[in-house]
Amino acid sequence: MIRFSESHEYVRVEGEYGFIGVSDYAQKQLGNVVYVDMPEPGDELEQGEDFGAIESVKAASDLIAPVSGEVVEINEALADNPRLVNQDAMANWIVKVKLSDPGELDNLMDEAAYEAFCNKG
Amino acid sequence: MNREIYGKLVFELSRPGRRGYRLPDNHIDPCAAPQGGEKAPEIPASLLRQTPPDLPECDELTVVRHYNNMSTNNFGVDTGFYPLGSCTMKYNPKINEEMAGHKLFASVHPSTPETSVQGCLEMYHTLQAALSEIGGMAEFTLNPFAGAHGELTGLMVIRAYHDSRGDSGRCKVIVPDSAHGTNPASAAVAGLEVVEVKSRPDGTVDVDDLRPLLDNTVAAVMMTNPNTLGIFEKNIPEIARMVHEAGALMYYDGANLNPMLGMARPGDMGFDVMHINLHKTFSTPHGGGGPGSGPVGVRAGLEPFLPNPRVIKTDGADGKPVYKLSVAPDALGSVSATLGNFAVQARALSYILSLGREGLMEVGPLATLNANYVKESLRDDYLLPIEGVCKHEFVFDGLRDKSEHVTTLHVAKRLLDHGYHAPTIYFPLLFHESLMIEPTETESKETLDGFIAVMHDIAREARETPDLVKSAPHNTPVTHPDDTAAALHPVVTFDQL
Repeated sequence: MIRFSESHEYVRVEGEYGFIGVSDYAQKQLGNVVYVDMPEPGDELEQGEDFGAIESVKAASDLIAPVSGEVVEINEALADNPRLVNQDAMANWIVKVKLSDPGELDNLMDEAAYEAFCNKG
Repeated sequence: MNREIYGKLVFELSRPGRRGYRLPDNHIDPCAAPQGGEKAPEIPASLLRQTPPDLPECDELTVVRHYNNMSTNNFGVDTGFYPLGSCTMKYNPKINEEMAGHKLFASVHPSTPETSVQGCLEMYHTLQAALSEIGGMAEFTLNPFAGAHGELTGLMVIRAYHDSRGDSGRCKVIVPDSAHGTNPASAAVAGLEVVEVKSRPDGTVDVDDLRPLLDNTVAAVMMTNPNTLGIFEKNIPEIARMVHEAGALMYYDGANLNPMLGMARPGDMGFDVMHINLHKTFSTPHGGGGPGSGPVGVRAGLEPFLPNPRVIKTDGADGKPVYKLSVAPDALGSVSATLGNFAVQARALSYILSLGREGLMEVGPLATLNANYVKESLRDDYLLPIEGVCKHEFVFDGLRDKSEHVTTLHVAKRLLDHGYHAPTIYFPLLFHESLMIEPTETESKETLDGFIAVMHDIAREARETPDLVKSAPHNTPVTHPDDTAAALHPVVTFDQL
């Protein structure tokens, strides 16, 4: 299951874990990514709060947590090669969290709703 | 220019033993101690040179050609049109340089006793008084070195004011999402928490969104007026009233003062603290062209918190004014060595005095006319997201016809081929394809018409030969730098090449 936020983050849910990244639409709008500022494993994410930042040649944007949870892993590969986000934003998640409230997923959009949201804006 | 030869770095042109002049051997060992005798014992051996310095060795003609050719690679306001939005890249009149370079200014040492530099202090005082009148403020400090430094100083003044009243729980600064990035950055450096307030589609602050954010934890609200979309904030008296009722102060970011110069005053709008970018509004060099200057003005009652030293005018024994440096106990302390970028201040005062009151009052209307002329001339080809009269600048959301996927970046790069500096791109972040144009008042109609014609040509190329635009620039000394790699792995010295 995958869900999207209005600030263009996604969370791919596998069991009790969620893989959070930025959407393909977001990476296209950002342009070439040069830096991803990630939290530390053990940090607590809160839905709607920023947990890091992503910087491209065009802009720096906060990363807003689509769901709450404890960070169990960060995608270390992005530290050396942030361009991976441009190559495949959906495969190259940024943090893996242990979901603290799966009910929060109801506040997010599914793929069809998110696509409509992007086309509208 | 022959880039094969003269486009190289001067170190690449170097050949061992080549000289501009051949002088008699002076028998001095470049690695020896200064006096030629024993090496100075107070200098650690690790700091003494073991090998001669690595200096380029060239003949004079090569050096002259190298630097002359290099200078033609530069682009500035003196070379061509520079419509960089939000930067007010107006012409820097040469009279400013002559005044600032006057030997009586240029030969003064910053530590000269104040009794010996009364003229310099008078210049400082005259400029701060002029800026106070223009801004509707009680007093200005000219000490901050640049715009963001002014913001930081202004926020420190605001903190000192709240602290002096025992009101020390005010830790937040409210900044609109359309603001310049320096606003939240300055607030963070000042140790304050940034709270963003959403703007409406035209970039103006939504009063209903602002109201619930105002409480006794807010130190200040920072605003730019006109805002980054060139739209005048008409609700400013209402906003100022709400902010003051909450006990917070209003901070005016002077980046966009140009269209209001002499016509409207931040002090009259309810702002308590403001900064001015002399390198924007007051025609001093900008960016790499020279150091900036960010004077900070305050309304009556806040003067004691201005940074040290202030320049105070007193009455002398013979009735003539005497200028003194004042160090106040409540002040922040010092934000800069001595009195800021003094030569920049001399340029700004030259500008004010050479235009005079009437001249200054023509700046805003002409800057506004020029911006609206360019906007209306181009809106058939470029998407104008905000209708209506703009002030000194405006923002397009890229080309109107995006079917060939020609982006704002491509348009900006193609402009370079035609000898124009690119406008500001991808700022503000309110639109995906922002192209922000600020012509300033100093450009002639002929220059603007030339720019408009080229922008129309580029729009036509984007439809007919899109690859030509997408692969631009074609005529610049550097064509396609890898900006991603430059950001990831910057090469900043010759040795790293």
